[in-house]
Amino acid sequence: MGFEKFLFFLFAIITLFSAGMVVTRRNPVHAALYLVLTFVATAALWLLIEAEFLGIVLVLVYVGAVMVLFLFVVMMLDIDVAAMRAQFIRYLPLGLLIVGLMMFNMILVLGPGHFGLEHFAKPAAAALDYSNTEVLGRELYTTYLYQFEIAAVILLVAIVAAIRLTLRRRPETKYLDPSAQVRVRKGPDRLRIVKMPTEPVPAPVSQAAAGGKNGDDQ
Amino acid sequence: MAFLYLLIVLAPLAGAIGAGFFSARLGRVGAHRMTILGVGISCALSLAVLAGFIWGDLKVFNDSIYTWMIADGIRFEIGFLVDRLTALMMATVTFVSFMVHIYTIGYMADDEHNWPQGSLAGKHSYQRFFSYISLFTFSMLMLVMSNNFIQLFFGWEAVGLVSYLLIGFWATRESAVYANLKAFLVNRVGDFGFILGIAAVGMYFNSMNYSEVFAQAPQFADTQVAILGGVSLMTLICILLFIGAMGKSAQVPLHVWLPDSMEGPTPISALIHAATMVTAGIFMVARMSPLYELSTTALSFVLIIGAVTAFFMGLIGLVQNDIKRVVAYSTLSQLGYMVAALGASAYAAGIFHLMTHAFFKALLFLAAGSVIIAMHHDQDIRNMGGLWKKMPITWLTALVGSLALIAFPGFSGFFSKDAIIEAVGHSQVFGAHFAWILLTVGALVTALYSFRMYYLVFHGKPRMDEHTRSHLHETPWVVTGPLIALAIPSIFIGWFTVEPLLVSNWLGDAIHVAHEHDSLHALAEHWHGQMAFIEHGMHGWPFLLAMSGLGLATLIWWFGVKLMPNLDALLQRAGGPLTRILQDKYGFDDFNQRVFAGGGLGLGRLFWNAGDQVLIDGAVVNGSARSVGRLAGQVRWLQSGLLYHYAMAMIVGLVGLLTLYVVF
Amino acid sequence: MIALSDYLLLAGLMFAIAVAGIFINRKNVIILLMCIELMLLAVNINFVAFSHFLGDTAGQVFVFFILTVAAAEAAIGLAILVILFRGRQTINVDELDLLKG
Repeated sequence: MGFEKFLFFLFAIITLFSAGMVVTRRNPVHAALYLVLTFVATAALWLLIEAEFLGIVLVLVYVGAVMVLFLFVVMMLDIDVAAMRAQFIRYLPLGLLIVGLMMFNMILVLGPGHFGLEHFAKPAAAALDYSNTEVLGRELYTTYLYQFEIAAVILLVAIVAAIRLTLRRRPETKYLDPSAQVRVRKGPDRLRIVKMPTEPVPAPVSQAAAGGKNGDDQ
Repeated sequence: MAFLYLLIVLAPLAGAIGAGFFSARLGRVGAHRMTILGVGISCALSLAVLAGFIWGDLKVFNDSIYTWMIADGIRFEIGFLVDRLTALMMATVTFVSFMVHIYTIGYMADDEHNWPQGSLAGKHSYQRFFSYISLFTFSMLMLVMSNNFIQLFFGWEAVGLVSYLLIGFWATRESAVYANLKAFLVNRVGDFGFILGIAAVGMYFNSMNYSEVFAQAPQFADTQVAILGGVSLMTLICILLFIGAMGKSAQVPLHVWLPDSMEGPTPISALIHAATMVTAGIFMVARMSPLYELSTTALSFVLIIGAVTAFFMGLIGLVQNDIKRVVAYSTLSQLGYMVAALGASAYAAGIFHLMTHAFFKALLFLAAGSVIIAMHHDQDIRNMGGLWKKMPITWLTALVGSLALIAFPGFSGFFSKDAIIEAVGHSQVFGAHFAWILLTVGALVTALYSFRMYYLVFHGKPRMDEHTRSHLHETPWVVTGPLIALAIPSIFIGWFTVEPLLVSNWLGDAIHVAHEHDSLHALAEHWHGQMAFIEHGMHGWPFLLAMSGLGLATLIWWFGVKLMPNLDALLQRAGGPLTRILQDKYGFDDFNQRVFAGGGLGLGRLFWNAGDQVLIDGAVVNGSARSVGRLAGQVRWLQSGLLYHYAMAMIVGLVGLLTLYVVF
Repeated sequence: MIALSDYLLLAGLMFAIAVAGIFINRKNVIILLMCIELMLLAVNINFVAFSHFLGDTAGQVFVFFILTVAAAEAAIGLAILVILFRGRQTINVDELDLLKG
């Protein structure tokens, strides 16, 4: 058993173990963290078969972004964990039965009988100057250009959708509307000139009048 | 020529459209002028065509004017076949129609009194009536001038429609509406047979054109059809077509509508239900003679039906008290004579009687109408009597009509009816002997009922009330004019036409008679002029019976009624059950009412209860809703609304399918 | 030497674990989303393994797209979760039965 094989089994065991922990942990935070571990170990497995770019993307995008998103949400929501786990044991037998059946099928089809080394030989290792990233890049930007752009649009739509879904207007929030600000005109909006008759200044006029009156009377 | 024939047909239609749609603008005078002009043109041209055939050398016209459509190789066309038979019919139809148009001016003059105050239907009823009778003339001309079955059917249905409209003309009277519904329904039964016959023709001959069908007919003489265990095709077609004729020409048992149709105004009783439309069946069978000659069974059927109608319907006429109904039963009886002539293959005699009958029966009807006008629309002969002094023209013309009807020697009816009885006597088809007896005794019955009516109406003591009696007077010239115009041919037309029609085969190719069926042959062989024919007739049974009938009628209803004014009622009471059977019209109406109307109602109720309520409403409509509800109730637990139930179902299904696929 | 079947079996096991996770954690939507991520990862492993052993980069390109869609899906799924929680104060699947007719 070569070192390569050892590494494969090591990471495979870590992957499966952490995947198992993901589905059995009570606390969703733990589960999310184990999911991170699963992704990392899988990335290592991909590195073993020369898929370096995807291995790194998996770590960067999944572990760095998606999983953090998961953690974020888990922590944001106040989840009653105990209630969630109430019927854990009840469905275990059915789950195990299904899984067992599935495993049986998978092994029957995917086992070494059909996909062993004698059927699919290990390809020769790539040359030293082989760049997985460059090859993928060429494929993506030439053959799969349209699909690539569609993927970009999908991501954009996802962004817009996620924002639109979670956006809520709070009535108490105070905010400025820049477009309304820009549209303000000087004339009617900002300054209003009101025409009105001049009013006599009250105090001196009444005094003068009173004085005049008095004077007249006298 | 096509233009001329088209003009003959379309002139009345133009009149009908004008009077029908522009009634308000034309007014009464405008409407009757327009329609009379249309029919007058048609009549003049028809007479010219007839003259062309008689004195000129007019060729038979047989061509299509317009192709409506071609479906599966069968051409649907509008075309005219004008030969001598058609020309004779055209002249008869348009002449009687023309007379009736003129007469209608007088008869309908005060039609407002027949409608309830302010009735909307009564508005412009005068113009509407003229529109209808012109439309009828158009339809009837389409029928007789047709050269194909489709147009024949069009005309057939169109005259039926106009008949329906006119029977129910006074639509506010319940009896009129009942009568026109009855006429319509009974005619549907006949038309059902008729259209089946046309369909059979179309199916086997693949053509609708008369001449093509007749040319092919002999090839199908021995064809069998697998209906009712194998029937000769010709017998089937002929009997089906004849069922149509039975409806239209009111033969037993489809005769029940004709007496009731007297609910309509008298001019149309004269025109449609005596002179022309009801003879459409006779004309059709004569036209189809090349087909009927191929089926002895059908001829025998026709003969027996005709004879039965002729005799038994005449008997009913004896006990009727409504003046128009007496004439109506007499019409039924005379139609029976014509049909019997057809059954004996004496088509020419049938057509001959059709023509003479058209004149004298129209005359009788119009005379009856004249009496009705004078009597202020009282139609009960028990309230009449002694009218001859007040209405001399009506009296004389009615006498002429009655004499023609009972086949008094020299009058037109004598020649035609005697020829029919003679021909039936010579016929060899099954039932001819039986038919001959019925028709001969029928002559006695005819004389009895005709002169019973004549004496009760015109002679004896006046029985009407004081008010009516003081107003009795002869009707205006528009009424008496047509009476005189019809009385003249009623007397003379037989004398002049008997020889060409029956002896020298004037109709020519229009009628085809197989040699072995030729029952008029003997008559033609021993032809020595009209006088000899009359002399010969005076030695026969029909004449003796008719004369004894006349004598008996004179004895009872002239001398007898003079002595005992209520003799007629006494006689009817003395008849006992016999009278009752006759008054019940042999129970045809009751039978139809019970069996068909009642049965239809019962069947409808059964279907309503069992079919609609239980099956459709119960099982299908509510039942499906209920079963959906029950099913939904059971599958409701599947739809818990919980996402993981759905997800679980998906996964279980997926794994199940996967296992199935992988393992097996 | 690592065989293709090793990777395929690993992916299969991971997929089965994820399915089992869906069954036993059927109440917690967040864990359910995580299980879906695990499933997608298992599929991705298959793609990458086949890409390597068949020498075809198309498999890796596909993984790239799947990652994109999965990221979008996670973002929208979590956003829905957030508004769900906001509206109903719970993400217990048992109480989310508005689909019931």
